[in-house]
Amino acid sequence: MSGVETLGRVLPVVALRQRRGWLRRALRTGPLVCGSAILALVVIIALMAPILFPGNPNDMVDVPAQWPGESAATPLGTDSMGRDVAAGLAYGARVSLLVGISSAVIGLLIGTTVGAIGGYFGGWTDRILARLTIIFQTIPSFLLVIVIVTIATPSAAIIALAIGVASWPTVARLVRAQYRSLRAQDFVMAARSLGYSAPRIIVCEILPNALPPIVVTTSVMVANAILIEAGLSFLNLGDANLISWGSMIGDGRALLRTAWFLTALPGSAIALTVLSLNLIGDGLNEVLNPRAGKE
Amino acid sequence: MMSLRRTAQVARHAVLDALPTVVGIVVLNFLLLHLVPGDAVDVLAGQSGSATAATMDAMRAQFGLDRDLWSQLLSYFVHLAHFDLGQSVRFGMPVSRLLLERIGNTLILMVTAQVLALILGILLGWIMATFAGRWLDRALSVLVLIFYSTPGFWIGLMAIVLFSVELGWLPNGGTGTLSVRLEGLPWLLDRARHLVLPALALASFFMAIYARLTRAALVEVQYQDFMRTAHAKGLHPLVVQLRHGLRNALLPVTTVAGIQLGNLLGGAVVVETVFNWSGMGQLALEAVQGRDFNVLLGVLLISSILVIVANAAIDLLHAWLDPRTERADA
Repeated sequence: MSGVETLGRVLPVVALRQRRGWLRRALRTGPLVCGSAILALVVIIALMAPILFPGNPNDMVDVPAQWPGESAATPLGTDSMGRDVAAGLAYGARVSLLVGISSAVIGLLIGTTVGAIGGYFGGWTDRILARLTIIFQTIPSFLLVIVIVTIATPSAAIIALAIGVASWPTVARLVRAQYRSLRAQDFVMAARSLGYSAPRIIVCEILPNALPPIVVTTSVMVANAILIEAGLSFLNLGDANLISWGSMIGDGRALLRTAWFLTALPGSAIALTVLSLNLIGDGLNEVLNPRAGKE
Repeated sequence: MMSLRRTAQVARHAVLDALPTVVGIVVLNFLLLHLVPGDAVDVLAGQSGSATAATMDAMRAQFGLDRDLWSQLLSYFVHLAHFDLGQSVRFGMPVSRLLLERIGNTLILMVTAQVLALILGILLGWIMATFAGRWLDRALSVLVLIFYSTPGFWIGLMAIVLFSVELGWLPNGGTGTLSVRLEGLPWLLDRARHLVLPALALASFFMAIYARLTRAALVEVQYQDFMRTAHAKGLHPLVVQLRHGLRNALLPVTTVAGIQLGNLLGGAVVVETVFNWSGMGQLALEAVQGRDFNVLLGVLLISSILVIVANAAIDLLHAWLDPRTERADA
């Protein structure tokens, strides 16, 4: 009897605690869920673009400069050349995501390699690599991207490469710090005493332990790459064959007074996509690195 | 306060630390210049349309473009030591003079934006940290995250629509009114009115960075022993916040402000285009259109050196803020 009584008295408290725990978890994973949902939507639109909008998004389909809702065929309006804004947004998502992800991969590869080698070996190797990192960090990355893209012909691949080359120092610094602190730990000593080769220790032993902050940085790097690509194609330095959100803003600028939606829509698309990536970054940071965001 | 000797020591370290970086950047600049397919003479010949092979060779000799790579690098260094960045093919004048004409406008824009971003960012971060976990903190965090995700140049364009086209409060571009000749205070006010929108557009992204940093640093510092001691001493909470909390939170903010300087310059390139602000960024784009690589790489070099100088200044500031700092990044 008394046991049941106690249980009865305790249960609501437990339930309350559980509910609070749920609330706290939701607040902690909320950004991650929210960001993933938005990003998933953008990815789906990007993948479905050829099905949703068959035909070239650069083709004239309607009367130029129609406001959203004016014509049933083009629900989000048309630009100064009669192109469908909705189709442009869908195809633009492909360019933004493609350039964003591939440049982040390039930046991660360079940055992780430089940071891991410098941090693991230390000494002169580290000093030279750290100097190289500082040099690339000092040069304004957007200007460097402009210079590289201007020297080569602007194509999506070159733009991704240029952004990757300009953005690796952040990763290198992060990875270097990780390797410097991890290389003195017991499991590395053990691996070394077992006669493992340096590359094996760097890749198979330390890298998995250094991954969490790298994962968080990845989403931020994709976000920044999308912003850089947008600025570049806004300045008409993007891939001329592809329609992108930045180039849509650039084209819409001429009609800023009469048809500002041509600028507003692609800009919102950029902000929303980058926001989703930053939410994911914040969320991952909370989950992987719980102490960082404590209140 | 920091003693004069320590100031000199920190300054010497900063200069010695910066020198290899400068050399590395110059070499990188030079190599980039040589990756360019074709050269300035090809561009000139293309423009005139009537150049013969002989006149092109003569021009190459005149510009020193016919020598081997090493001697060209050497003469590049010698010229740089004399502040000679070469000749602009497109503008027909020395690159250094072109840069001098434009650098002032870019500096005004950058410094204003940086100061605005720091003030607004630290203020927002402080408010968020004070109300950490409550609804005001959450609402501001979302707002800050939106600014962190939105391209500044687009915010500028939307601000033009609102404040210049619809409301007519502020001019939509340029560095000053050209039609009337102004002097004294009216001139200054006119310049300031033209500066508001570009500076805010450029500042938005960096304000968000500093706000997030300040919040994190202040929340972190709240639990430190010296904060509890300060409270226990009976100091006014505001004094504790400002003298002990904010002062410590400022260290990461100033460090990141230095790291972000390069990005601030990059952002200025786009914002200058949006607002027809005739600075180095616009010059760089004109150089891109004319394929005038002397000018383009001159902009890259000068901006990099600007970042180095500013970071050295921040090292000095750090030595003053935090007596424990012997040298940055030791």
